[in-house]
Amino acid sequence: MTSLPEPSAIKLGLVIDLDICVGCQACVVNCKEWNTSGYGAPLSDESAYGAQPSGSWLNRVHAFEAGVGEDAKTVHFPKSCLHCEDAPCVTACPTGASFKRAEDGIVLVNEDWCIGCGLCAWSCPYGAREMDPAEGVMKKCTLCVDRIYNENLPEEDRVPACVRTCPTNARHFGDFGDPNSDVSIMVAERGGYDLLPEQGTKPVNKYLPPRPRRQSNDESVSLLAMADVATPKGFWRWMDSTLEKLG
Amino acid sequence: MHPAWSIIFFTSISGLGLGLAGLIVLGLLDLSLFSHLLIASSAVFGLIGAGLLSSTLHLGHPERAWRALSQWRSSWLSREGVLAVLVLASLACWFLFTLFFGPPPLWCGILILLMIVATVYATSMIYGSLKTVACWHHPLTPVCYLMFSACGGSVAFLTMLALFGQPTPQMLKEITLTFLVGAWTLKYAWWWALDNRGSASNIETATGLGTIGKVRSLMPPHTSENYLQKEMGFVVARRHAIKLRYISIFFGALLPIVCVIFGGSSAGILSMATIFHMIGIFVERWLFFAEAKHVVTLYYGDEQLSISS
Ligand code: SF4
Ligand code: SF4
Ligand code: SF4
Repeated sequence: MTSLPEPSAIKLGLVIDLDICVGCQACVVNCKEWNTSGYGAPLSDESAYGAQPSGSWLNRVHAFEAGVGEDAKTVHFPKSCLHCEDAPCVTACPTGASFKRAEDGIVLVNEDWCIGCGLCAWSCPYGAREMDPAEGVMKKCTLCVDRIYNENLPEEDRVPACVRTCPTNARHFGDFGDPNSDVSIMVAERGGYDLLPEQGTKPVNKYLPPRPRRQSNDESVSLLAMADVATPKGFWRWMDSTLEKLG
Repeated sequence: MHPAWSIIFFTSISGLGLGLAGLIVLGLLDLSLFSHLLIASSAVFGLIGAGLLSSTLHLGHPERAWRALSQWRSSWLSREGVLAVLVLASLACWFLFTLFFGPPPLWCGILILLMIVATVYATSMIYGSLKTVACWHHPLTPVCYLMFSACGGSVAFLTMLALFGQPTPQMLKEITLTFLVGAWTLKYAWWWALDNRGSASNIETATGLGTIGKVRSLMPPHTSENYLQKEMGFVVARRHAIKLRYISIFFGALLPIVCVIFGGSSAGILSMATIFHMIGIFVERWLFFAEAKHVVTLYYGDEQLSISS
């Protein structure tokens, strides 16, 4: 059913910390690896190698520059499905293939029903859906639904593949329905925000802004001051002058 | 948005067929000759059917297309499918009734006409309901689709009257001219709105980084085009778009108006009018996609959603 369910008490999603993401693409690769053998058909590529590689991915890392001068920042910007509460991709779907789970709010595609019309991808403002070039069905982030509840995995692995693999801990998984969860606290403390709030999709995933640049007026930590080495004394002075004489 | 030929063909052809059917079911055409009935029904089913068939061509799984009839509660695409099937079924009944018992009562025709209006409206709302494409998300979008269906249908209807050698009431000509002028005036207003309306979304709201300063895209996430860029990254240059707008008005409005005014009841000239109008609609429909900018382009290098010159 592609009508949206009543908002669920449990709202699973991700927090993405733009302050610490270094753009290493590990989450992109691990997402592809997990999902090519997990939920649904393999995530295929039209051309995996060669000059113009292309294929379907569920998570991509963009890079933006913001500001000018010394306060400018380069921001690596991972983006996967935001599991929106008012998901337009779900209501647009004519077949019932796209749905939002009533129990935890995860947005999924039932690939056996999908006709590959692409309307859900048109409806998503974030570019979170990509058509599988081999299967002709719509692909999107599953929030690793086949990991997070998977009792065959050790407990520490029951988080999304992208979260598990991130070497800098820039991605966090949790329940936004619970105000005391780690992710809710992180969002409250760091001013986590929605992407494109004016589109009215009410995304569950939140982004943490880059922290402002640390101001340092302390001369002693200036690199320049550190480079300005004082005249050597004792043994070092002797070596300095001897080396000097050697030419 | 990528102008896919299957969708352009589908919306133009089925729009014409539905408009034509809407006038036929009002009983304005004498179908007492079997050959006339055959031609009229084949034209209607041919146009609507060809449109629907071509719309399944761009699907990844056309064999599952029937599933698209299930979600009419929320999806405009599904509503369109359901309504189109209902219209085709009631048209079949209408033509069969005409064949065996003569013209059905007018209320049947009016009922079918209402379903036709609903079908065209549903088609237009597939696009009009998308918040992600600001220029489609406008109240004039469905109005334009309905008006184009009405004027295409009435030009085709005049052609059919002339082909069958039946008298053309002057009032029908006047109505056709009114539809033609009205449709293209509204379309002009739609273009004006497209040129003059900003969008609340820009690269700053897309990234949330506006508090730091002006945001620029530094690196795309991959080295070659992905599905999103192919499907949603296509935008025609503005200088070309302006020329094409005038070409569509020339073929879609000017030539058919001249043909209808001066063509009398010549089947040849009125057929030309129908063809010219169709060419105009094809160009208009191509532009409808090619001029439309999707909000996702903000993640792929665009900083604003206005069309570049
Ligand atoms: S991010 Fe896109 S695909 Fe995911 S729920 Fe929101 S609208 Fe749907
Ligand atoms: S592509 Fe599949 S999931 Fe998306 S709207 Fe069409 S049928 Fe639904
Ligand atoms: S949650 Fe899973 S599917 Fe979604 S982006 Fe992360 S790894 Fe990919």
